[in-house]
Amino acid sequence: MTDRHDGIEVDGLVREFKNGPRAVDDIELSVQPGEIYGFLGPNGAGKSTTVLMLTTLLPPTAGTARVGGHDIVREGPAVRGVIGAALQEAALDPLLTGRDHMRLQTTLQGVPRRERRARGDALLERVGLTDAAGRKVRGYSGGMKRRLDLALALVHRPRILFLDEPTTGLDPQSRSDMWQEVARLAREDGVTVFLTTQYLEEADALADHIGIIDLGKIVAEGTPDSLKAEIGRPTLEVVPAERDRRDAVAAVLERFGTPVAAPPGTAAVRLEHGTEDLSAVVRALDAEDLTLETFQLHAPTLDDVFLARTGRKLEGEESGEHPAVTAPVA
Amino acid sequence: MTGGVSLREQVLVMMWRSISQTVRQPAMIIPPIVFPLILVAINVGGLDAATKLPGFPADSYLDFAIAVPFMQGALFASINAGSSLARDVSTGFLQRLALTPMVRTALLLGALGGVMTVALLGALIYLAFGFIAGLGVKAGVGGVLVIVILGLLIALGFAGLGAFIGLRTGSAEAVQGVFPMFFVFLFLSSVNLPRELISVDWFRTIATYNPVSYLVEGVRSPIIFGWDGEALALGFGFAILLAAVSVAASARALRTQLVRT
Repeated sequence: MTDRHDGIEVDGLVREFKNGPRAVDDIELSVQPGEIYGFLGPNGAGKSTTVLMLTTLLPPTAGTARVGGHDIVREGPAVRGVIGAALQEAALDPLLTGRDHMRLQTTLQGVPRRERRARGDALLERVGLTDAAGRKVRGYSGGMKRRLDLALALVHRPRILFLDEPTTGLDPQSRSDMWQEVARLAREDGVTVFLTTQYLEEADALADHIGIIDLGKIVAEGTPDSLKAEIGRPTLEVVPAERDRRDAVAAVLERFGTPVAAPPGTAAVRLEHGTEDLSAVVRALDAEDLTLETFQLHAPTLDDVFLARTGRKLEGEESGEHPAVTAPVA
Repeated sequence: MTGGVSLREQVLVMMWRSISQTVRQPAMIIPPIVFPLILVAINVGGLDAATKLPGFPADSYLDFAIAVPFMQGALFASINAGSSLARDVSTGFLQRLALTPMVRTALLLGALGGVMTVALLGALIYLAFGFIAGLGVKAGVGGVLVIVILGLLIALGFAGLGAFIGLRTGSAEAVQGVFPMFFVFLFLSSVNLPRELISVDWFRTIATYNPVSYLVEGVRSPIIFGWDGEALALGFGFAILLAAVSVAASARALRTQLVRT
């Protein structure tokens, strides 16, 4: 069950470091109880600094925020009482076993003595670490460490969960497992999840609402669908078979839409009239005797949103995460 | 379901963690116990003739030298405490702890308590080996107790220093890098000869101003002199001062590292 106190309200939050730019620059956001909020941005955008402030581990330079109904500056202990957090690096003791970590965490979180063992074992089972519970953590894989980190964050049944890039560096299977667990926490247990990520696919698949942050500022906020709807039109990306004819290909494409940033050797436009123009584009390229290596149509993505708002593409994206139509063109 | 957890319980679980860490690293428990015993055995074998020097205060070099393992054990305690806390800083484990209701005192007391438990084990082993090899304690059973207590105080002082360096630097390598410097202080003291028998002026002067001399002499005095109030007062005085300063400094360093609102 959730109530209005299980959300997050951020108002004008700022964090400045000595001799540096503002890591977080006057951000405002609102996370509703029980939803998954995806905080999307490239490396160095200010995601982790925001998480550290919201989890009370870093005092803000200015602004206020309430987490679970408590002020992050004046009511730090109360905030910590209602949140769980798995921060950017899985912060584990390599010399302790998974079960040792559970013993430590259940004790320090004040879980009643008679419940500690059962609670620890249940969480280890839930994240699939029962068999590895007696092994030292230094022998765990990256995915196992992340799962243990998540389990430790849940020891005291938090109402709000902060996950800072929980799948960075994980293999696809581990990432998929983590997604399922995070989704289950929100949908079945009603936990409010604040999740930072640099993966577009992750934010798109998991988040109810997304905030896109760049250079410390929130540049877009909304549901994944509403953000993509702002872009509306698909992008056509073409790689010429003869690389030295890239400019000629780009000139043809520009007749049908607005040029957008593309990898070297590639020409791309946001199509003015959507997919209606595709056959005309192919005919125009053929008329100029231009041959292509690939011809890709991208539905609007969060990357397009980021590109539209910042003029740059997101880091950390992976190939294949865009819904794309690919056709070699002779 | 989340209730309060007492400071005692927090300290105990952190001590348990510290002891578990040490026990699982043979390199952290064997050298503090074995190396000092090897060194004292070598010294006793090679320097026993020193007991023939006029004014040498003991008939057996073992009685004179058994204080040395306590000092070396204390130095290893500094490494263990410092490395453990430095690792907590570098791995982010400190942040995990900061998110729990744990008070800072519990972390420090737990880490130092775990190291002190190992130091106690070491002290008992040094004495046991000493007694097997013929060690005699003039102050009797009470003197043995005083030696153990002073040895633990000294270990606490050095462990506090290690904890301070570990927390300030967040680097286990930095902690280990300071270790040789501690050894220099140890050997520039009255560890191998009584101060009055050191014939080189500069060495004797340094040994006189080096607080480590008084720590060593405090441990040594119940063995070879019986109840020597001045030596014990100086030994305990410097040990308490070192422990108070180093633990206070490490508590301050922890406050800087473990930030939360």
